[in-house]
Amino acid sequence: MRKVFIQTLIEIAEHDRRVVLLTADLGFMVLEPFVKAYPDRFYNIGVAEANMMGIATGMAEAGYIPFVYSIATFASMRAYEQLRDGPILHHLPVRVAGIGGGFEYGNSGVTHYSLEDIGIMRTQPGLQTIVPADPAQTVSAVQQTYQLPGPIYYRIGKNDNLTVPGLNGRFRLNTVETIGDGRDLLILATGAISAEAVKAAESLAQQGVSCTVAVVSTLQPDSTAELAALLGGFSTAITVEAHFINGGLGSLVAETIAENGINCRLIRCGVRSMPSGVSGSEAYMNQLYELTAEHIVQKSLAHLQTTKVHLA
Amino acid sequence: MSDISGQRIRQLILEQSKRANVGHIGSALSIADIMAVLFDGVLRGAPDSSERDRFVLSKGHAALALYAALHCLNVLSREQLATYCQDGSQLGTHPEYELTGIDFSTGSLGQGLSMGIGAALAARLDGSDRRVFVLLSDAECNEGSIWEGVMFAAQHKLSNLVVIIDDNGQQAMGKTQDVLNLRPFAARWGAFGWRTVDVDGHDTAALHEALNTTLAASAETSVPTVIIANTQAGYGVSYMQGQVRWHYMPMNDQEYQQALSEVASRS
Repeated sequence: MRKVFIQTLIEIAEHDRRVVLLTADLGFMVLEPFVKAYPDRFYNIGVAEANMMGIATGMAEAGYIPFVYSIATFASMRAYEQLRDGPILHHLPVRVAGIGGGFEYGNSGVTHYSLEDIGIMRTQPGLQTIVPADPAQTVSAVQQTYQLPGPIYYRIGKNDNLTVPGLNGRFRLNTVETIGDGRDLLILATGAISAEAVKAAESLAQQGVSCTVAVVSTLQPDSTAELAALLGGFSTAITVEAHFINGGLGSLVAETIAENGINCRLIRCGVRSMPSGVSGSEAYMNQLYELTAEHIVQKSLAHLQTTKVHLA
Repeated sequence: MSDISGQRIRQLILEQSKRANVGHIGSALSIADIMAVLFDGVLRGAPDSSERDRFVLSKGHAALALYAALHCLNVLSREQLATYCQDGSQLGTHPEYELTGIDFSTGSLGQGLSMGIGAALAARLDGSDRRVFVLLSDAECNEGSIWEGVMFAAQHKLSNLVVIIDDNGQQAMGKTQDVLNLRPFAARWGAFGWRTVDVDGHDTAALHEALNTTLAASAETSVPTVIIANTQAGYGVSYMQGQVRWHYMPMNDQEYQQALSEVASRS
C-alpha cells in the first residue's frame, strides 16, 4: 500500500500546494517519486521523529498539510507526546503515515511490529484513525480524507499487491464496508488482515456457515452507529486484527456491543502476548499468533458448535 | 501606543501570582526584560494576521510573563488577565493556542523549538519574510529533542529563526551546572553551526541591540542565531534571585509587599 499511498500523495500535491512530505529517514525506494516531483516540498528530517512531529505542527499552523512518514512503531510511539501536544491539541491537519501494521516487518523483529498503534491513537479525541485494508482502499481513503480539518493517523500496509476480494476500493469515513450478506456469523476485520477474514468467510461458506465480512477502516472517531446496526443482526461476531487484543478493533466492537445492549457474542482474534524472543516472516508470525484464515475458521466453528450444543 | 517595560511586566507577574496564589514566579521574572524587548516592536504583525512573526514560549511555565506582555499591548484585557489560574480561564500557568496572541501551546519542555522550525520552514516555502522567535529555558536543553532541532535548523540554514535561551542557571530541583551542565552554551550551539550572541538578559538596550544586529545579519548569513541571555531567576526581587524554591512557591503577604516595593524602586 506504500507505493499507491505515495502515488496518491503525488496526485493530491499536484493540485494542492499545501501538501508537504516529511520523513524521519525512512522510505528508501518508496518516497523517491514524490521527491522527484516535488523536491521543494520534501524534507528528510533525519532520524528524529520528535523533531519531525514538532516541525509538522509549525508548518500546519502556517497553513500546510504535512504528511509525516515512518514505520508505524516509530511514527506512533516515538513522537506520541509531540503528536498529542502538537497537531491534536492545536487541531491542525498533520497526517501521520505509520507504515506496516502488525507483523508486516517480519524478520525485522519485535521493535518493528506495530501492535498497539491503533489503540493509542484511538484514545485521543480529535485524531482520526484510519486503517485501509488494501491498496485500492488506501487510494480512496487518502483522497477522501486528506483535506479534513484536524490530524489523521493512517496505518498503511506494506504489501502493494494485496487485494481484499469484494472490497473494490470502497471507503466511506466513519462507516463500515461489508462483503457478502451471510447471516450466521459477522467477521469484522481491519487493515491488511482483512484479506484473511474474507478467505475465512469463503471457507466457512463451504462448510455451511454463511458470513458477512465487515471491513472497519475508521477506528476513530469510530463507526459506532453503523457497527451497532450491523451487530444487531448477528448472534455471533468475531474480530480479526494484527494488533494487541486490547485497544483496537476488538475493543471498539466490545464497547459498541456493551453500550448498545446488543445480544451478540464476541470472539476476539488478536495478539495476546509481547512477541519478544521470536521473529519471522509475516506469514509465520500470523500463524504463531493465530491470525490466519484457518484459525478464524477454527475459532468460529468451535464457538458456533458449542453454542448449538448449548442451545440443544 | 503600548506601555510595555520589564518593570511593568514584573509588576503584573507579582500581582497576578499573588492574587492566584501560584508559583513559577522566578521563571517568569527571569524573562520579563526579554519579553518587554520582543513585544516592543521586534515581533511584527497583529495577532490575527497570518503574516505575523511567530513566537514560541517553549518554556511554557513562564506563561504569566507572556500574558503580561500581551496585556501591555492590549491584546489581553485587564479582565482577561485577572482570570489567570481561575477555574474555566484560558489563562493557565502554561499558554494555550486557543487564546488570541498565543501562537503555540507549550508546557511540556523540549517541543517548542521544533514547532518554531516548522514555522520558519513554512515562511521560507511561502517566500514570506516572517520571522520566528523561540524562547527556551536553559534546563530545557536537557531534552534530546532540542538537539534534534538544533541540528536540523543549522542543516537547513534557517536564518529566519532566532532562539533566545533564558540562561538563568536554575532548574526545578537545583542549579543547572549541578544537574546537567550545558555551559558554555555558545560553544555548544556554535559547534552545531549556529551564530551565537551572548547578552545580559536584563539589559534591555543590549537585548535590543542583539536582536537588531541578529535580524540585520540574518539577511546576509545563512545560519540561525541563538541569543544566550544571561539572566537571574526571580530577577528584581532580592529574596527570590537565584533561589530554587521560587521556581514553585507562591508569595505570602509580607513577601508580596517587599517584592512589589523592590520592583517599583528599580526602573
